[in-house]
Amino acid sequence: MSMPFYVAPEQVMKDRADYARKGIARGRALVAIRYTDGIAIIAENPSETLRKVSEIYDRIAFAGVGKYNEFDQLRVAGIRAADLKGFQYSRDDVDARTLANQYAQILGTVFTHEMKPMEVEILVAEVGLEPAGDQMFHILYDGTVMDQRNTAVLGGDAEAISGRLDDSFTDGLDLANAVRIGVAALAGPDRDIDTAELEVAQLSRGNGRRCFHRLSEGDVVDALGR
Amino acid sequence: MPFFEPVDDPGSNFPELLRRVGLAGRAEQSGQIDVPHATTCVALRFVDGVVLAGDRRATSGNLISHRAMEKVVQADRYSGVAIAGAAGPAMEMIRLFQLQLEHYEKVEGSPLSLEGKANQLSMMVRGNLPAAMQGMVVVPLFAGYDLRREVGRLFAYDVTGGRYEEREYVATGSGSLHASTVIKVGFRAAMSRDDAIDLAVRSLWEAADADSATGGPDALRGIYPIVATVTADGWAPVGDDDLAARFQRIADEVLVRSTPPAPDPAIGGDDA
Repeated sequence: MSMPFYVAPEQVMKDRADYARKGIARGRALVAIRYTDGIAIIAENPSETLRKVSEIYDRIAFAGVGKYNEFDQLRVAGIRAADLKGFQYSRDDVDARTLANQYAQILGTVFTHEMKPMEVEILVAEVGLEPAGDQMFHILYDGTVMDQRNTAVLGGDAEAISGRLDDSFTDGLDLANAVRIGVAALAGPDRDIDTAELEVAQLSRGNGRRCFHRLSEGDVVDALGR
Repeated sequence: MPFFEPVDDPGSNFPELLRRVGLAGRAEQSGQIDVPHATTCVALRFVDGVVLAGDRRATSGNLISHRAMEKVVQADRYSGVAIAGAAGPAMEMIRLFQLQLEHYEKVEGSPLSLEGKANQLSMMVRGNLPAAMQGMVVVPLFAGYDLRREVGRLFAYDVTGGRYEEREYVATGSGSLHASTVIKVGFRAAMSRDDAIDLAVRSLWEAADADSATGGPDALRGIYPIVATVTADGWAPVGDDDLAARFQRIADEVLVRSTPPAPDPAIGGDDA
């Protein structure tokens, strides 16, 4: 009988993390930016139908990068958790922090117990009744949760994009400006992203009960002044 | 967070999800129970869509148990439900129905078709059949704007979940006989929104006038029936001020109708 080779746990974790990171780095990035009236999420996404950004609940949005089937499974789980909680208790009791923790549990468990980690990074954003209540949680493939205030960048080339975004971010942006700096940060200095390859959504305080709203291609063209 | 294996996934079906996580189902009761009953709801088509209207009274036997029930509610952006029957199960059914429409829309990324929504409600009414056998009958109306066919559509239901599409108007509840007669007499094809609201309001007035379980406009407490329209622009409730004015017009008309004309001095006058 052959004995399996001993592999140090550190090595196992490192290999899994590298595997997940590689998978995520292959995909295109997305950014989320806080603006005066809410949170704008801008993704580079050539598909018209396979969405990276979507609605979870009245004030909560979800965004994912990496392997589509994996983050879509997480998206649906989030909608279920939120709708169940809202049905069982009250709509006011559904919040992004709880969802982020539940996501972290799933991702953490999959990372350590399954053959393959999920090759995804996700964002759970909640728009508050007041700007001070806006929240963004960035969750990594291994369940690490990061609480982000003004901007969040997910996906490949995140460091460079994040650098560009931090340079141009200021408090008190309007939606059009938020979209503009988001697209500029995603594109970088050497290229332009076609409007058809952008998926833009907002969580807007002024949208009534359901704050999530997708911007049409025309809205994006207007915001970018193209 | 509920997380399912692909073979075991409930999809976009929220009631099924409730069953999977053990949150569904009321305890079965035996014997008849007296629960507050809710009352007269109408819906009719006009040129741009549909009008839904319903009174606000809930009764338990001969007592008024609630004066401000909302029996006409928005289901989603392009549809609404009006409910007659046992108040408790009715309200729960509406809540679950609204949530199911939103849940489907979020999970699937696009809303259900109007026909799909009507069928979904049909299944919920059928699911209530055991409770209906014990007296907790729930009979909804469903009306909305069909974005694919670009018309307003009306659906009536029976206790078994039977779904019947109506072309002109529909009424449900204890005062429905009076309400539907008023609409039948006043209905014309392709009415304007304004005329359709007037007719709906009129039908509720007459129903309240003849049926003790239907509430009329309550100017004293500022409680008016709920009236709303659904068109290509979505759900639009009619404001209380607008309704108050419409009811005032009806009241004035009734007053004129029931006041005997002043005696003519020329006929049978005093000779002195």
